[in-house]
Formats: sequence, C-alpha cells, structure tokens
Amino acid sequence: MSYGQKVDIIDIDYNWSLINYARATDGVYFVTLFKSVIISLITTFLCLLIAIPVAFYISFSSVRIKSILLVSILLPLWTNLLIRTYSLIALLRTKGHINNALENLWESANYLLSFFRLANHNFIGESFTPLSLMHNNFSVIFGLIYIYVPFMIIPIYLVLEKIDRNILEASYDLGANHKITFFKIIMPNISVGITSGIILVFIPCLGSFIIPELLGGADSQMIGNIIERQFKSANDWPFGSALSFILIYITIIILGVRYVYSKLYSRLYQRGVS
Amino acid sequence: MTEKKTTIELKKLTKKFGDIIAVNDVSLKISENDFFTILGPSGCGKSTILRLIAGLEVQDSGAVIINNKDSSFVQANERPVNMVFQSYALFPHLSVRDNIEFGLKLKKISNTDIKIRVEEILELVKMNGYDFKLPSELSGGQRQRVALARAIVNKPKIVLLDEPLSALDANLRMEMQQELVNIQRNLKMTFMLVTHDQDEALSISSKIAIMENGKIIETNTATNMYEYPSKKFSAEFLGRINIIEGASSLIDNRMLFNSDTFGKINLERDIKLPKDGVLGIRPEKIIIETGLNKQKNRVSMNGTITNWTYYGDVSYITIELKNKSKVYINVQNVHRNSLQELNIGKKLFASFDINDLIILEK
Repeated sequence: MSYGQKVDIIDIDYNWSLINYARATDGVYFVTLFKSVIISLITTFLCLLIAIPVAFYISFSSVRIKSILLVSILLPLWTNLLIRTYSLIALLRTKGHINNALENLWESANYLLSFFRLANHNFIGESFTPLSLMHNNFSVIFGLIYIYVPFMIIPIYLVLEKIDRNILEASYDLGANHKITFFKIIMPNISVGITSGIILVFIPCLGSFIIPELLGGADSQMIGNIIERQFKSANDWPFGSALSFILIYITIIILGVRYVYSKLYSRLYQRGVS
Repeated sequence: MTEKKTTIELKKLTKKFGDIIAVNDVSLKISENDFFTILGPSGCGKSTILRLIAGLEVQDSGAVIINNKDSSFVQANERPVNMVFQSYALFPHLSVRDNIEFGLKLKKISNTDIKIRVEEILELVKMNGYDFKLPSELSGGQRQRVALARAIVNKPKIVLLDEPLSALDANLRMEMQQELVNIQRNLKMTFMLVTHDQDEALSISSKIAIMENGKIIETNTATNMYEYPSKKFSAEFLGRINIIEGASSLIDNRMLFNSDTFGKINLERDIKLPKDGVLGIRPEKIIIETGLNKQKNRVSMNGTITNWTYYGDVSYITIELKNKSKVYINVQNVHRNSLQELNIGKKLFASFDINDLIILEK
C-alpha cells in the first residue's frame, strides 16, 4: 500500500510509485522523525541511568525485599497504558499534584519567612508560579521513562542475578577496587541485559503515540502521532503506511547492527584479539 | 633448625553471623612455606577464617597479622593474599590469559614482565596452549588450574584455597593434590587449604588444624596429628579409631588403665592420664593372630566377626568381644585367598602393641 497513491476518499491506486517515501523526507516529516529518534534516544539513555542502580539494588537485597521490589515494578504493567498516562496528567498538570505540593511548600516557606519578617525581600519570588510540566518535551520524555523503565530494569536485573557473586569477590581479592570491578567485571557480564533493555525501550519509544498525544504539546509530536493521523483524520493510508515502513526499516537496521556487532565481537574473541 | 618466619598470625579472631558464632576466638600461626590445612566438618567456620584472612569479611574482634603487619582493617584489594574459590570464580567473559593477567595488570607491571610471568605460570599449571579459551570451554580440572594460576601469578604472601578440589572426581583429585604439593614446594609459597576431606588433609599438608564449631581443637604436623592426636574429636575426625573407656590409676609411677573393653592394661609409661581421658587405638595397628598372644607389651583379644567391608586393598572388619564391646580392625589384603578367613560369624584372635595406644583428652 505504501507504494500506492490516494485518488479519492476510499480509492487507492497501486502504481508502485515511491512518491510517499519521497514525501516522508520532506521538511516537517523528516524533522518529526529525527526528533522522535532523539527523544527515544534520550529516554533510553535516562532509562539506562535509572535502571542500572535500581537493578543493582534489587539484586543485592534480601530475598523478601527483592520480591516486594520486583512486584512493585511489575504491578503497574498490569494497569492499562492509558490509565497510567492519565495518572501522569493528574500529576504533572498546572493544578496537578506536583505543583500543588510545590505550592504548599512555597506557602509554608513564605509563612516561615514572614514569621522572621523576611517576606518582603522576595527570596522565593513574589508569588508562586506553577511549573509548566505538561505539553512539552519534558512531559513526553517523563511519560516515556515512566512507562518503559521496567523493560530496562528487568533484563538488567536478570543478567545481574546470574552473575556468580564469587567473581566479584575474586576481583577484589586480585586487587581491583569497586570502580574497576564495576567496569571490567560487572559491565561486560551484564552487557547482554543492557542491549536487550535498550532494544526493548528504544523500539517501543520510537513508535509510541499515546504518550506524546496525551502529554505532549504542539511541538512535541512524535512520528507515531503523524502516522496515526494519516490513518484517521488525514485519511491518507498510503502515506501512513510509508511512514510506518520507514519506522520498521529503522528498527531492522538497529537490530541488524546489533547482530553484526555481536557476531564480530565473538569472532574477535576466538582469534584472541580481545 | 632455625625458627621459620611467621607469615600469618591470627589473634583471638571472632566472627559472628547473627546468633551463630562462625569463628570463635581463633589464634593461629602459619609459618613461611607451610602447607597449612584447616580440617573440619562442613559448617564449622573454616571457610570464614579464609575469608577473614582475605579481607572478604570483617572480624568482630581479634586481629589478622600478615607479614608482621596488622592487616585487620586493610581492604581485600590491598592485602597481599590471593584466594582460589570453591566455585573457581573465573571471569566468564575473559580468556584464560586475561583471567590470569587480571591481577598483574592492576599492579602496574610492564607488559613484557606480565607476558613472561603468565607464560611461566601457564607452563607450571600445564595449561600452555589454552591462552585464548574462555572458561566455559574448559573442563573442571582445567578451570581449577586456571584459578590456581590466577592466584599464584601475583606471588602473594599466602595462597588461600577454599575446598578447591571438592568438585573434581576422585582420580583427578588425587592428581591435583600431588600437583598442588609440587607447585607449593617448587615456588616455596605458603598455602592455606580448607577441606573436610581427611585423606586430602593428610596427604598434602605439612600442618593440620582441626576445627569444630568455630574453634580450633588442635594443631599439629600431619603425621603427628594422625599418630599422636591429643583430643578425642581430632582422633575421631581424622581417620578411624577404637576408643577405649575406663579409669586409670598410678602404681609405682606406672599407669594402670582399667579399661571396659580389654580389662587391665599396664601402660608402662610414666604419664598421667588427664581427667576423664580415654585411650585410643587405630584399627590398622591391631593385627590378627593365630592364637592368644601372651607377650608382655601386647594386649590380646578374641571375638567374632560381625561386620566386614571390602575396599580392595584393605578390609574393614568389626569384631565383637565376649563383653559385647566392638573393636574395629583394618586387615591388609596381602593374599587374595586369605579373604575367606574373614567371613562374618568367624572367630579370631587379635592383638596390638601398648606403645601404639593414644592418650586422648575428651
């Protein structure tokens, strides 16, 4: 279908043209695509930064705390994505929970300052201005991280569990400090988990449309929103499918790079070049 | 002989895990070039001692002194000791060579020196040619060699071995035991081994400490520990022994032991039996006789065979005396046609030399 052309409301002419793909490289679409990749990359990177310490903490906890923490990470996944996203709106909006809490904080601080007769000095601003946390890039990335961080934590936690604790002790015993042990011993052994986590987070991020739709503003649209619009309001199915295919190609390229990389890595090893 | 230098000294070392006292007031001295073995049943705290020396655990009280330097609170990565773990703990993502080099690279040794030393060690543990194999591609025995090489390549003051041979099959274990001794002697290093295997302890160590419930019961050289143990627990744990209960009395400065099993035994020795002490005789010291041996220095008995276990080279038999007490005897299988004389229910005479009796404290 992506090689066809829309002729009227319901008819599509399958004429094997590449015009839809050419259109996709047009300014606005290309920028959105590029931006989607950047947002996904940032989200993946931040997820990684959050997930590694969390996975470590879970992995090194006692058995009871471990199961409680794992359930609390997995439990939100049983809730519908929409509900979770709406709950974020309640948190982030101008009169949302975060701003309310900040406002309360401001008021108590103001009260405290006036108690000490310092309120006139405007240390904390004349009045409370709510942070604009919604409908911008921040809210989209925040939402994406909130939704997808479990998919990063779980694979990292699983490979971490498989590491023999004795090899960490062996590393200290042989004279390595904690930093060297982390980078030379732990990281290579959890790299499998990290790559699968990156793939599990990056690919759905790239295709997500509910989160930017609900949390994003006019300038934080992602490629998923545009695709959705082509199939619905714009009623341009050929162009929508062309954009979808571009997403699929990007995904395949990423998976291909990963495959080649892992092949290359193991071959280097066998030759002893490592 | 000059006094040997002390490599490791433990002073009143104590370590608790919750309510359990894993190591209880342990004091030990390990001299240079010793092959020191801690022998004890599983869960007696012997591995914890190694971990305390390595710095992987911190003691609750007491001190670890390495090379005359109090190292009680020195971090594990700064102690001049290296450990061979029970599970080998090789780095799975690194090749054999990288595993062995790991410790050296952290010590800022020049690359050429590292290369020379790794080659030497690979030669020593007979693993040359396996440089670039991953641990997952090696057999159990080979992993064992790499784990050992990784520890000794750093030339530590002491190599700590935590039941390193327990995962190997019997033949390979014997071979590795011999190699361990050879390597230790060739390199003139101090080894400290922890094991629950009595044969292993006897065959490879120069000194043995027997441990029970977090306490060191007794320390002695390997042969003395078997032939002249002083505690009942160590005599029973290291090898088999017949315990002879009874009461002793001194007559004309000679000890007379009134035993429950063999009646009166004149020890002919000027020693006082410790309070609630017992005598012991090793099963292989009792020999089968054709008749009642009436020599002055021998204790004789006759009884019926109630149990016979065949081990190929030896048979373990149990005889029951008239007074219902049981005596264990090891019979060397010298002639294959003499096996028929050891049937259950047969009567036989046996005797042992009173000089072979061991005086034990409970």
